[in-house]
This record gives sequence, structure tokens and C-alpha cells, in this order.
Amino acid sequence: MYFFKLIFKNIFRAKLRAALTLLALVIAVLAFGFLQTVVGAFYAGSSGASASRMVTRNAISLASSMPIYYRERIRSVDGIKAVTISNWFGGIYKDRSNFFPQFAVDHTNFFDLYPDFILPPAQLLAFQRDRQGAVVGRKLAEQYGWKLGDTVPIQGTIYPGTWQFHIQGIFDGKEEATATRQFYFHYDFINEELKKKAPRRADQVGIFIVDVNDPSRVADVAKALDAEFKNSLAETLTESEKAFQLGFIAQSETIVDAIRAVSFVVIVIIMAIVANTMAMTARERLSEYATLKALGFSPWFVAMLVFGETMMLCVIGAAIGILFTFPLAAGVAKSPAGAFFPIFKVSQDTVVLQIACALVVGIIAAIAPAIRSARVKIVDGLRHIG
Amino acid sequence: MKVPFSYVFRNLWARKWTTALTAGGMGLVVFVFAAVLMLDAGLNKTMVGTGSFDNVVMIRKGAETEIQSGLSRDQASLIESLENIARDARGVPMISKESVVLISMQKKGQNRGSNIVTRGLSSMGLTLRPQAKIIAGRMFKEGSSEVIVGRNVNEQFDGAEIGQALRFAGRDWIIVGVFDAQKSAFDSEVWGDVQQLMQAFRRVVYSSVIAKLSSSDKFDVVAQTVEDDIRLALQSKREQLFYEDQSRSLSTFISFLGLMLSFIFSTGAMIGAAITMYSAVASRTGEIGTLRALGFRRPSILVAFLTESLLLSLVGGLAGLFFATFLQAITISTLNGQTFSQLAFGFVLTPKIVVQTLVFTLIMGFIGGFLPAVKAARMKIVDSLRAA
Repeated sequence: MYFFKLIFKNIFRAKLRAALTLLALVIAVLAFGFLQTVVGAFYAGSSGASASRMVTRNAISLASSMPIYYRERIRSVDGIKAVTISNWFGGIYKDRSNFFPQFAVDHTNFFDLYPDFILPPAQLLAFQRDRQGAVVGRKLAEQYGWKLGDTVPIQGTIYPGTWQFHIQGIFDGKEEATATRQFYFHYDFINEELKKKAPRRADQVGIFIVDVNDPSRVADVAKALDAEFKNSLAETLTESEKAFQLGFIAQSETIVDAIRAVSFVVIVIIMAIVANTMAMTARERLSEYATLKALGFSPWFVAMLVFGETMMLCVIGAAIGILFTFPLAAGVAKSPAGAFFPIFKVSQDTVVLQIACALVVGIIAAIAPAIRSARVKIVDGLRHIG
Repeated sequence: MKVPFSYVFRNLWARKWTTALTAGGMGLVVFVFAAVLMLDAGLNKTMVGTGSFDNVVMIRKGAETEIQSGLSRDQASLIESLENIARDARGVPMISKESVVLISMQKKGQNRGSNIVTRGLSSMGLTLRPQAKIIAGRMFKEGSSEVIVGRNVNEQFDGAEIGQALRFAGRDWIIVGVFDAQKSAFDSEVWGDVQQLMQAFRRVVYSSVIAKLSSSDKFDVVAQTVEDDIRLALQSKREQLFYEDQSRSLSTFISFLGLMLSFIFSTGAMIGAAITMYSAVASRTGEIGTLRALGFRRPSILVAFLTESLLLSLVGGLAGLFFATFLQAITISTLNGQTFSQLAFGFVLTPKIVVQTLVFTLIMGFIGGFLPAVKAARMKIVDSLRAA
């Protein structure tokens, strides 16, 4: 026990230096945790994907559409339980900065395919009966203060004009990690208007969401489905919902990779700082260590003393840093910047990584000073001045 | 009397390891800071270089990008008859009616598709983009299923070599040439004959119309005419501004992230510098007392230690900046959320960034070294001599 007490007293002998080093450690662990959370937030959408759902899109790219009659043909493919429509709307609510995803969906069965969204049956019915009805996620409703019955105008970018929607339902996520920042409304509403204004653009669908009977046969069903439309004008590409979501992230992969790389750079920076602190500390205490050795303590003991002090410093710094990561992430999630991500939460993996990084920093920073202190000759050490 | 500079310099040299570690930490911070500024400058250069100031892009009202827009053949013909549009030597209006689609291609070493802009244009469209030059192969023939690919598409994507074919819209499109558009956004595009593309996609509407102004100052007149004509329902923008606007979100994202990172990192580096300087002061107490006893005044001591800290940061800063210059060889390709397509851009080092980075470095050194320097300057001669 006296060993730990000695280490502890040693750390705080130079109060200012200990405080500064700790502060640097806290900042580094905090920054690392934050950046890892940002990276995690990019992938958040894909973790909520269901194993039995697939997404069918135009093989050319996501920006190309498919004719609506594909739905019936998809339904006839063996192994398919249900098909629904989802169409990216890309409208603007008041100002461009108020970004949230909007989808025109098949009001009859969209929510059947997504049991992850919990919507009271009465609200679902109200939504289905109102052609201009819309269902929004809880977080989105809270952000803009929308209540049931409110009318929300959205200006179209892909679909010209200003569209009025009535909020008929607000859904909650089944799990905490379920995204609830989406805005859903009737595909038919948009389609009927298009038929009047731009008939050639009507009856086109962005993606079909397909539910299969047997999740283990997803790959076979996808192949059979795509074969159905081979050599047609709009060939399809079907993949699991997770693969579809990951495809989005792959497009911005360079940025995600850069953030990830930078999060490790901050650890290297802190390693330099801690190593420097420990090197200076050990150098100043060489005469002390020589005294300890003269008293009969082994070089091993001296090395452990330096090593233990570094580790203790890192552990304290990491603990404080991790503690602050949670309120920081919660704060960002509420800010406008957090609106870009469906979920912004510190994951367990992040905390584990934070701890691991702190330990690695401690070990590497301690190596050189520990060896030097252990090896110091008693005579030299006693002669040494600060 | 000033403390000689050699004293300051030799002190840093005497503690090589500590100096290297502290300067190394600062160097990394400076590297990240410079990298972010360079990336933003690179993006800006790409986007500004894409558009020409005298070209006007017209897209449907309410649309923000060419992909979202659509205008009929009738509308396009109306634009042809507008006044103040330049005409070429044969008297043909300098207007390019273009069709833009996104196709999915695989980045080298990736098994997922990324969106690439495929632009259908006519020979006039090429005339309006003088910066684009064929560097390998030849131009596509009008009326055929041939395409040419931008330099970045050729270098960064699979299946984009001359002689290979891109398969979309039920046809094989043979790549016959590679063009270089001087690091503009066009380098991330595939170009083909507009009529062929529209036929293949069964399209009847163009995505955008690009027109050259007869003289640069006529923009307002043309924009107003287009605005007032209810048959058109179009919006016009100078091409340069149009492309600049398209990368605004990405640019904001990069600078926001960069500023935040620089702030956090620099705090760490400043603490590192402060620790080093405090220790330097503490271990040289006797020396400081001697200096004071020799007649050096408090301000001189303060300046000496502050100079030491500034020098320390400058070493780190120059090292960071040196390594950052190598980034210029890298081109990255990522998704531009606004256009939903890939955009390649590089790191560009400008004199302004060099100055900004060095100022940033010196500020770090100043803040980190100030308190320790004050501590050194405030020491009493007798106490400090006794402490040694």
C-alpha cells in the first residue's frame, strides 16, 4: 500500500506540472472520444438496419428512379413478403440550414415494414386517411416544436413548389439507438400533383424497400430480383439495408478516415507531452532514486516507481476525460451540428478505446525514464543535480 | 541589457530530447492546422476554377443543383434567342444545352459504388469550357455511344481506362479519351454526347443551359430577362458562383471541423510548452539568479525565456509546415453532399496559409511560455542564488 501512497505523493509534488499534464491528458482523451463518436455517428444509420430488409434501387445510381409498376413485379419474386416505396424528397423547411431527411412513402404499409418505429394505431390511421398527412420522429418534432395537427410547409427542390403537410403522427424509436429525425408523408400526394404538373416525372420511385420471408436467403432473393429486370431500361441493384447504408458512408469514406486518423494524432501528441513530463520528472529525481537504491531497493523497484507514477497519471486523466465525454456528446447532439446525424451517442467501444489509448500512452511514455532511473549508478545519481 | 540570443539557443540545444518532444508535439498540431487550411483552399480553388466568370448557368427555379433541375427543349430554345448572349464566328449563339445524370462507379480498392457526374454536352459545351483539354486518346464523336473521362475519374476509379466501357442505360459507352480540366470539378466527371445520353435515358428535358455573355457586365440584364419571362421559370447564376455555392456545405464542414480540432490540439500543445518552460525555469533557478546578479534586468530575463519558448514553437511550426507541403501531392475524392456526387480536390499551400500557420505557431509559443517567463523574471536574486 505504501507503494501506491508514494506514487500518489510523487505525482502531486510538482503541483502545477501535474495539473497541466492532467489537463492535457483530459483534453486528449476527451477529443479522442469525441472524434470517435463523430465517426460512430456516420455509421449509426447502418447499425439500426434489419437483417430481413433489402433495398432495391436503380443500378445506374441512387439519383435515377424506377417505374412504379416494378412494385408488382418485385412482389411476384419468390421469397418476398412485402414491398414498400420510399422516395427522397430533399425539401427545405424555412431555411436551408434546417436539414432533416424527408421521404415520400407508401402510406398503406410503410410502417408495417418498420416495427422499429412505434406509432400509436390511432395516429397511424389518421395519417393514412389524410392525403397531406405526415408522420415525424420524436426528436424532430421536439426540435421544431411541432404538435399533432400542425401544418408544416416544405419547399421542394426536386419537386417544384411549396408543399403543405399536416402532422398526424409522431413516432418513437423502439430502441434508444433508433433514429427519429425523419419526416414521412404520402407518396400518392406527391405523385398525384406531379401527374397534373409534370406527367413525365410521375409514377417514378426512388427506392423499393423489400421484406423477405427468410433472412438467411437474402442474397438469393436479391439475385433473383435483379435478374427480373436484367436488360430493362432501369436495371436494378438490390442489397441488404445495411449494405445500402454502408454504401452511403463509403462515398464520404475519405472524410471519415481523415477524422479517424486525426483522432489518433491527438493521442500521439499527448504521448509526446506525457513522455516529456516524465522524462523531466525522472531527471530531476535521479539523486532520489540513487538514494533509494543506496538504501537497498532494487532497480526494479525504482523502475516500477516511475512506471506506476506515469500509469496513475494517465488513469486519472483518462477517467476525468471519459467522464466529460458524455455531457459533451449530449451537448453536441442537441446543437445544430448534431442535426446532421440521426444518433450522436458515446458508444461502449469508444470508452474502451479511450482507456486503451490512455494505457498505451502511459506505457510508452514511461519506458525511457523508467529504464534510465533503474540503470542509474548510485554514485552518479547522488552527484547529479536537478 | 539584453540576454544574448546564443544563451537562449544553447539552452534549447542543451536539452535536446525535451526540445524535440515538445517541438514534435507542436509540429503535429501545426501539421493538422495547415492541412485543414490547405484542404479548404484546395476545395475553393477547384470550385472557383470550375466556372468561368462570363458563363451563366440556368437551372429550374427552386432547384439547387443540375441533378434536381429540368428544362424543356422549348425553354432552351427561348434562351437561344435572348439578347446579350455571345455568338461565335459563324453567328451561332454560344449556348450549351446539357443533361446531367449520376452513374455509379467503383473507386479503386473499394467494392462499393460512388456517384459520378455524367454530363451530356455538345461541341459548343466544350468551347465554353476552354480549360478542359484532351490529354490521352481523342474526343468523343457526336452521335455515337462514346464518352471521355476526367483525369480524376481515370486515375481513381476502376474501369475508366481508354478502351474500356461503362455500362448504363442499356448501352455500353466506350471510353475514347481522357481530359484534364486543370484540377477543376470537371476532372471528376464523365462527358458524352448530350443527344445520345438523353435518348438512352429516354429523357425529354435538359438539366441546365450554359450561356456565354456577350460582355461580362451584361449578367444583370440577362438574369433579369430570364427572371421576368414566365415561360422560362428559371434562375441564372454566374458559372463561377454556381460551382462555389455547390461546395459551400463541404467547405463549412471542413473549416468547422478544422477550427475545432486546431483549438483542442493547440491547447494540448500549449500545455506541453508550458510544462517544458516551467521545468526549464525551475532547473535553472541558480542560473537566473546569476544572470540577475550580473546586471541583467527583469524585463531582459522575461524576454529571454519568452524568446526561448517562441523559438521552441517555431522549430515545431517549421517542421510541421515542412511535412505539410508534401500533402500537395495528394488528391482526395469524396462525396459532395450538395450535388450527391464525388468531387476530387487537393491540398493547396498558399502564402496566406504559411503566414497564418506561423502566426498560429508563435501564438502557441507565446501563450505557453508567458507564465513561466514571468515566474523567471520575478525571482529574487538572493533566493534564487541560494536555491542553487
